[in-house]
Amino acid sequence: MTDTSATLDPQSKPRLAPGCRLNNDGKEPRTLLMPERALRLQGPSLEIIERCDGQHTVEQIISELQEIYSKAAPEKVAQDILGYLKLLHDQRALDFQ
Amino acid sequence: MPSISNPLALIAELTHRCPLHCVYCSNPQELQSRATELSTADWSRVFREAADLGVLQADLTGGEPLARPDTVELVRAARTAGLYVNLITSGLPLDEARLDALIDAGLDHFQLSFQGSTAEIAEEISGSKTHAQKLRVLDWLKSRRVAVTLNFVIHRRNIAQIGQMLAIAEASSASRVEFANVQYYGWALVNRAALLPTRNQLDDSLVILKQAQERLLGKIRVEYVVPDYYARYPKACMGGWGRKLLLVTPNGEALPCHAARVIPGLPFENVKGCSLRDIWETSDAFQKFRGQDWMQEPCRSCDRRGMDFGGCRCQALLLTGDAAATDPVCTLSPRRAKVDAIVAGVNEGMLSVNSEKTNWIYRLNA
Repeated sequence: MTDTSATLDPQSKPRLAPGCRLNNDGKEPRTLLMPERALRLQGPSLEIIERCDGQHTVEQIISELQEIYSKAAPEKVAQDILGYLKLLHDQRALDFQ
Repeated sequence: MPSISNPLALIAELTHRCPLHCVYCSNPQELQSRATELSTADWSRVFREAADLGVLQADLTGGEPLARPDTVELVRAARTAGLYVNLITSGLPLDEARLDALIDAGLDHFQLSFQGSTAEIAEEISGSKTHAQKLRVLDWLKSRRVAVTLNFVIHRRNIAQIGQMLAIAEASSASRVEFANVQYYGWALVNRAALLPTRNQLDDSLVILKQAQERLLGKIRVEYVVPDYYARYPKACMGGWGRKLLLVTPNGEALPCHAARVIPGLPFENVKGCSLRDIWETSDAFQKFRGQDWMQEPCRSCDRRGMDFGGCRCQALLLTGDAAATDPVCTLSPRRAKVDAIVAGVNEGMLSVNSEKTNWIYRLNA
C-alpha cells in the first residue's frame, strides 16, 4: 500500500469532501459529520479540520499548528498532521486541490 | 436500570409507498397506508426532538422517500433542526430540478440503491423497470456537490455481479459503496430459499471485495455485510437494542429496529402522542432488551455480550420463537442447528443457483 503522507504535496490545499462538514455553528461537542460516521473533534484535530477549507495549503496548516503547539517538537507536529490528513483522505473525508 | 446513551441516528421511514417491489424488502408484510402517514409538521417536530435528544444523523428512507410530495421540505426541516441528512432512495420519482431542490434544501448524502449491475437482474428482483433511471441519476450526481453512496443489495441471484457493480461505482462520483447481503426479515424471509448465497459464492465475493478495498483506498470506501447465517457470531444488531438508533414508521410508531413489530406483546408508542425523549428513555419497548438483564445463557455469561448484545432479537424470535433467546446464528447458541440446516439446504441441494425460474414473492403496494 502506498503511503500518501510521504508523497503529500505540501502546496496542495485540503478541503472537506462533499457531504463532510462540521456540525452547526458553535454546537458542542464539535463533530465532523460524514456518510455513516461522526468524528468528535477536540484540540489539534479540530484545529486541523477548521483549516481544511480549500484555502490553506498543507504547509500552512503545519506551520500554524506548530505555532499553536510551540511546546511540541515541530517535526512531531508535522508528522502527526500528515498522518491525520492521510487518515481522513482514506476515509474519503478530504479532497486535495 | 441499564444506563441510557443518546441515540445517534434517527431512521425516518417517511412512507411505505414504493414504485419497486423488491423480493427482499425490509418493510413489514403489513404495510402502512398513505392515509395514516405523518404530516410534514409532525415529521418536522420529530426532527427537532431528535436533535434535542442528541441525534446527529437522520436517514430519510421508506418505502421510497421521494414518493412523498414534501420530501424537499422534510430535508430542509431535518437540516434546520441541526441533523446530517441522508436520503436512501431508489432514484425515482426524481428529475434534475428535484435533485437540485433536495441539495439546496441541505441534503448531505445521497444513497442510491441498486438491485443488480444489469437491467435484466434489476427488473427480476425489483419487479420494475428502474435500472436505466438509476444510471441517469448517477450521471446527474456527477456535477453536483453531495456525498454519494451506492447501495447494492446482495443475494444468490446477483452475487456474481459484484465485479460489474464495482465498475458502476468507479465510473460514478460515489465516495462510498456498500454491498449488503440480504438479511432475512419481512419479504426476504419469505424468499430466503432463493436468496441465500452458497458458501462458495460468498467466499468468491469476499476475495473480490477485499481486493477492491485495497485498490480503491482513498478513492471509494468499500463496505460490506456478510449474510449472518454464515457468521460464527451474530451481528451487533442496531448497535444494541435502544443504544444508538431509533426508527419511526410512516404512521409515527417508534421502534428500536425495522422488524421489531414481529415481536409479540411489545407495545409501541406513537410520536403523535409522546415525545421522542420519553419514548427513548422510558417506554417499555425500548427498555425491554436494553442492557444485559434480559439475557439468557449462553449470552448472560459470554465475553462477547458487550460486543454483539446477544445479536438480533427479531431473528431470535423468527427462528426460535423466543425473542430473548441467543440469536441462533451464533455458533454458541444451542439452537444453531436450525440455521445450519437452512445453510445446508442451500449448499447441498444447490437449488436453482442459476435457475431462470425462481418463484419470487414480490412485495406488495402500500
